[in-house]
Amino acid sequence: MLKFVLSRFLQGLLVLLAIYALTFVLVALTPGSPFSSERAIRPEILAQIESFYGFDKPPLERFWTSLTNAIQGEFGPSAVYANRSVTDIIGEAFPVSIQLGAISLLVALGIGIPAGILAAVKRNTWLDYLPMSASMVGICLPTFVLGPILVLIFGIILQTLPVSGWFGPEYMILPAATLGLFYAAYFARLTRGGMLEMLNQDFVRTARAKGVPESTIIWKHCLKGGLIPAITYLGPATAGIISGSFVVETIFQIPGLGQWFVQAALNRDDFLILGLTVLFASLIVVMNLLVDIIQVALNPRLKYEK
Amino acid sequence: MPLLDVRNLTTSFHLRSGVVRAAQNISLQLDRGETLGIVGESGSGKSVTCYSIMRLIPQPPGRIESGEVLFDGQDLLQVSEAQMRDIRGTKISMIFQDPMTSLNPYLRISTQMIEAIRVHEKMDEKQALSKAITALEEVGIPDAASRVRSYPHEFSGGMRQRVMIAIALINDPDLLIADEPTTALDVTVQAQVLDIIKERQQRLGTAVILVTHDLGVVAGTCDKVQVMYAGQVVESGAVDQIFYEPQHAYTQSLQKAIPSLGEKNEALYTITGTPPDLAKPISGCAFYPRCPYPKIKGEEGDPPQLVERADGHCVRECGHCDRSKPIESVLAQEVTEAAE
Amino acid sequence: MSRSADIVAGAEQRLAAAPVPEEFEKGTSLWEDAWHRLQRNRLAMISLFVFSAIVLFCVIGPFLSPYDAEAQDLLKGAQGPSAEHWFGTDTLGRDLMVRTMEGGRISLLVGLIATLVALAIGVVYGATAGYLGGKVDATMMRIVDTLYALPFTIFVILLMVAFGRSLWLIFVAIGAVEWLSMARIVRAGVIGLKKQEFVEAAVSLGYSHTRIIVRHLIPNVLGPVIVIATLTVPAVMLLEAFLSFLGLGVQPPNASWGVLINEGQQNMEIFPWLLMFPAFFFALTLFTLNFLGDGLRDALDPKSAKD
Repeated sequence: MLKFVLSRFLQGLLVLLAIYALTFVLVALTPGSPFSSERAIRPEILAQIESFYGFDKPPLERFWTSLTNAIQGEFGPSAVYANRSVTDIIGEAFPVSIQLGAISLLVALGIGIPAGILAAVKRNTWLDYLPMSASMVGICLPTFVLGPILVLIFGIILQTLPVSGWFGPEYMILPAATLGLFYAAYFARLTRGGMLEMLNQDFVRTARAKGVPESTIIWKHCLKGGLIPAITYLGPATAGIISGSFVVETIFQIPGLGQWFVQAALNRDDFLILGLTVLFASLIVVMNLLVDIIQVALNPRLKYEK
Repeated sequence: MPLLDVRNLTTSFHLRSGVVRAAQNISLQLDRGETLGIVGESGSGKSVTCYSIMRLIPQPPGRIESGEVLFDGQDLLQVSEAQMRDIRGTKISMIFQDPMTSLNPYLRISTQMIEAIRVHEKMDEKQALSKAITALEEVGIPDAASRVRSYPHEFSGGMRQRVMIAIALINDPDLLIADEPTTALDVTVQAQVLDIIKERQQRLGTAVILVTHDLGVVAGTCDKVQVMYAGQVVESGAVDQIFYEPQHAYTQSLQKAIPSLGEKNEALYTITGTPPDLAKPISGCAFYPRCPYPKIKGEEGDPPQLVERADGHCVRECGHCDRSKPIESVLAQEVTEAAE
Repeated sequence: MSRSADIVAGAEQRLAAAPVPEEFEKGTSLWEDAWHRLQRNRLAMISLFVFSAIVLFCVIGPFLSPYDAEAQDLLKGAQGPSAEHWFGTDTLGRDLMVRTMEGGRISLLVGLIATLVALAIGVVYGATAGYLGGKVDATMMRIVDTLYALPFTIFVILLMVAFGRSLWLIFVAIGAVEWLSMARIVRAGVIGLKKQEFVEAAVSLGYSHTRIIVRHLIPNVLGPVIVIATLTVPAVMLLEAFLSFLGLGVQPPNASWGVLINEGQQNMEIFPWLLMFPAFFFALTLFTLNFLGDGLRDALDPKSAKD
């Protein structure tokens, strides 16, 4: 088990390194530099600025410096926002984003998994059809459609919930719903599928033949295996919630990392892009590691193969 | 009073494509300690009959349409689901065809065995565990005390079927239903598993229903035999009657289709054609299209009735075919014709 | 954002394990059967009809409309739906119905072409992995597994920034990240086929590889690939709309549904119809394509229809 976790951890580090390199190359390929804005800057000043940020060094050397700095948690200065380092910006916005992401994921799991279990157990009744139709609608309402609709209904027509800013629990409801409901729909479908597959297994028949009550069959015999598809999806869901936060933070004007990333991309703020990409990728890699561990813990067959 | 008395049990499956009459008018009796073999091809209704007795037919689409299942005088089709759960695993147990999938791969053997005990009986975890270990030892699992902690995938197929038997017998049931318990196993392991069932049966006085498509298994284990075809019982009787004086054309053909060790040169007979589609109503004799005897009447007509003779031997007699020649010569003729 | 994760897993298992359906030897009957099954699926048929209607609306609509998508009429800016402008006008006085049609053209075009790009990459990659097998296959699929868990959207954004925001780049960038499911399906199909005895027989009889691929491989894999492709189209459109919404996708004066939704949400407090019409068409398109994909899966691969 330890060996497995360790090997997956090292793999994750490799993936991060690859992402870092790829991002670095992409940013370096971007024509122009962060400083060549509309305002005409005299060439010698531009050269001075570029040399200050280390842009005049050969690419490989730049990559090495930035990588060693990044490992120490130092991503350099923001090229656009003067006097602010990338680390400062992350330190300020990360808590907001992690709150938003965690609440959204809880919404997704808290609604999706119970709904999926219920639908599977009550298959072909309205308790199956209703949540499954709802989830089909949910899957077709991406964040940038659902968000404005929720704002329109609750913020503008009913005026019951605040629709912009991040100042307290009531500010979290609409953004977390926007981001979470889409994935709740996914989790519901995956959980239903997983549970149905388990309920169709021969060992369920064996348990019934032993006289085991239906509730025990569901919770004890089927849940572990039935949750595996949903758990596998946690990795992609995390990635999706991160990119979804770009949209949600824009719609609800939340001062999180997503807004910064979009702005950084539009402004070619190289260091900020690099820092944020690595941060996002780390979150996803950590989540995938977690998923791998949970899977092995749930499935005894995997434990012995590895 | 017999231990189990099934009367006119009819079970069908209501599918979108139509109603499949999987088991029609099945009757059978079984005394304590007796073994009944149910024989037939796949799809003949053997398993459906057993699942109906246990009320394990998935509903919907399955439905037990009519009949009585008197167990110890009590009609199991009338009791509540909760009462039925109390009966399953204590009075009637079941083992299944595929030991690879019948055990839960996510739970330890110990968990699955202790569960079987504690669902029915108040007993602390420790006591239940030692009972489970004893049960594993009794079915011949070496080193049971440590292996009880394993997961199913750590056992071989034969060992898993032993575990299944141990689970099924752990509460000393009166009736064990074994649905093709050896089909998925190697030949050498098959005999061992059958021996274990027989040995446990003799020790505990359990009645056994053995479902199989293997006549050899029946000859070695059963007291009585029921032959099923297309959802119906076509012949039933004591094992000797079925083997030495088979009456129905299907039973006769089935017997001639077994390769015998002694006679090398005997041409092997295969029953041509396929069983009828149970989603369509059958008029007349269900075996008619595949019957080797010369036909004297058309396929249509009243469905033949199961008739009981004085010696308890029951046969569904059709009267559609000419039975003047013995089956051997009919089949011999067919085999030579096929060869030409 | 691909909805196909669960479907892929299932189809993959069946393809790799199961033999080719016997019917395909009989040629067309597999497709006829599938068509009959699809016809019996009411939701899928309604979806097919509605989707076709949307496509016609977007493709032919602009020719029939008296308005030009780019013609501004500031005097008639931001008017609600009326007999003159059925969907109303935007803040610059452009007719929203024509804008919605033109936006749909671009969204649908992205859906189609990016899916084709994904299809091409996926088929080549999957077939190579499945055909070569062994360690190459293991490594290639490990890469796919790793890629599944990566923040694609971030890379698409970086690609858009690095290479300029042209429509062509959108096709390629999106296609380049949506091919994973396709590759897995194709690989599973190839492996399932390789196990078949008749393929060995065909090889030993000296049939050419082309013939084997045309006669056996394509029919074996085509069904699942069509299903995944149908489900990739909405995924691709979603990604494009996401980019456009953030201002990183389709650029003015061109507009896709994502752009229109973004414009709409900025003004929705006063002019809600600017959001409602494009959002409705976009959601409806995703909806019908998802249902159609599900229906096709059930029709082409009846074993997968679980309950």
